Amino acid sequence: MYWIPAIVAVAVVAWFVGTYNRLVRLRNQIQNAWHQIEVQLKRRHDLIPNLVEVVKDYMSYEQETLTRVIEARGTAVSAKGAAAQAKAENALTESLKSLFAVAENYPDLKANQSVASLQEELTGTENKISFARQYYNDSVMTYNNTIQSIPSNVIASVFDFRPSEYFAAGEEDKAVPKADLR
Amino acid sequence: MGGDHACPKCGTQNPADAAYCNLCQEPFAHKGVSSFAGAPKGTNGAAAPALRHVPMLPFNEAAASNVRMSRLLFFLLLVAFLGLGGVIGKTYGSLELGLSLTLILYAILASTAYFSGSSIVLSIHDAREADSKEHPQLLNVVEEMKIAAGLPMPKVYVMDAQGMNAFAAGRKPEEAAIAVTTGLLSRLSREELQGVIAHEMAHVKSRDTLYNVNAAVLVGAIALLSDLFLRDTFFFRGRGRSGGGGGGRGNVAFLLLGIVFALLAPLAARLLQMSISRQREYHADAAGAEFTRNPLGLASALEKISREGAEVPGENRGTQHLFIVNPLRTFTADSSALMSTHPPTELRIQRLRAMAGEGGKACRER
Repeated sequence: MYWIPAIVAVAVVAWFVGTYNRLVRLRNQIQNAWHQIEVQLKRRHDLIPNLVEVVKDYMSYEQETLTRVIEARGTAVSAKGAAAQAKAENALTESLKSLFAVAENYPDLKANQSVASLQEELTGTENKISFARQYYNDSVMTYNNTIQSIPSNVIASVFDFRPSEYFAAGEEDKAVPKADLR
Repeated sequence: MGGDHACPKCGTQNPADAAYCNLCQEPFAHKGVSSFAGAPKGTNGAAAPALRHVPMLPFNEAAASNVRMSRLLFFLLLVAFLGLGGVIGKTYGSLELGLSLTLILYAILASTAYFSGSSIVLSIHDAREADSKEHPQLLNVVEEMKIAAGLPMPKVYVMDAQGMNAFAAGRKPEEAAIAVTTGLLSRLSREELQGVIAHEMAHVKSRDTLYNVNAAVLVGAIALLSDLFLRDTFFFRGRGRSGGGGGGRGNVAFLLLGIVFALLAPLAARLLQMSISRQREYHADAAGAEFTRNPLGLASALEKISREGAEVPGENRGTQHLFIVNPLRTFTADSSALMSTHPPTELRIQRLRAMAGEGGKACRER
């Protein structure tokens, strides 16, 4: 009757290894998702000076809006830490939105080919940021659920897997139900 | 959708002559006549086809099931091939020769389908790779959706066609390809395009593309082969008679069997292919909505596609199940469920609307 404890031992080890590997995979997925957000944020920071350069000739009456975009970009580039960064990026998103809203009043501007393609690039980047954030938050939720539920929490506490932080949503995203799931 | 008959229970718009609510199955007592499958006009007919619950598998389980299904497909086809080869071989006198020839044929076919299925499908439909100068928005939207899905960037292709359609191919997410028609690009808004691409990305992530492409190439090839066989049968029979020898009456039974087999094989393969892809369409619709968090984008795209036509270059029966909307047939609620590659587009739209909480709340709570 030696084989009963042997089978139990093998099963326990297999579960142990499987769970540990899953936790590692989830943690790496979060890191990768965070990296995705950063890539897109960087891309947006790079696009904005081009946009301002093209737009400013047309929008001489809207200096205030343009200045706000430039300032928001400056704050976002120099922001340190996840919370401050999220706040600055959300402010930048808002300022860009008001810029595009104002641009609707300038038919010449909308007809300009390079403005149109810059606007498409920025819209794409905005979307990529928000989808990257969505994927990041979903990944965090899966990871946190796993390390906090029984029985995988045992392994998580032994190997010090800590819960990850969500990327805080901006004001405009508060209505999205997914944000309340935590 | 042209609905002017709101369901009293859940508020869904139904066709004026519907006897039952399309979404929650609530009967409209004595108010109309069923226009659903099998009900003779003028009777208070059978219930609407039930909106069966579509199980939302996690992607890794859906992918594992697609890998299993693909293996099963290759295995069943091997069995069918050997059976067919045996019958043909016996008909013409040499069982061993028939078996070994079909085995070789199978090996060629199966490896072609597995290793270059996607490029075959792409070239059948005249797809060319999308250029970042020509289609910046398309590439942006695809990149957005690959981020939302957490996948590597697929290759993006464009088909020059007026019809509005799209499909995805590729054995695994790392080799995925997404193709859309220029008609789709020119007539969909950004939001709608996003919905379509998200649907295709869901097919990629759940590896529906593996199974679908394999089925497309194998089913296409088997249909071609049995066509050949049928023609050969008549050809050989004619020659045998004029030669005055060989064959004889003993072979007639085998000949009949061979014909039956050759007729049934592609039919069975096609039924298999169809019964599976309908579930996948609902699943990809729902999973795509999870990526965009906006089911209405796809709903409105599907509405436009069904209104303006979904023809694509090189459309054929072998690949029809790959597309987001079937390019060969339009599916209404009456379409016989078993023979369809896709669920009725209007039911897909209703499900998507219900996900967004439009006119379907009461039903979802049940």
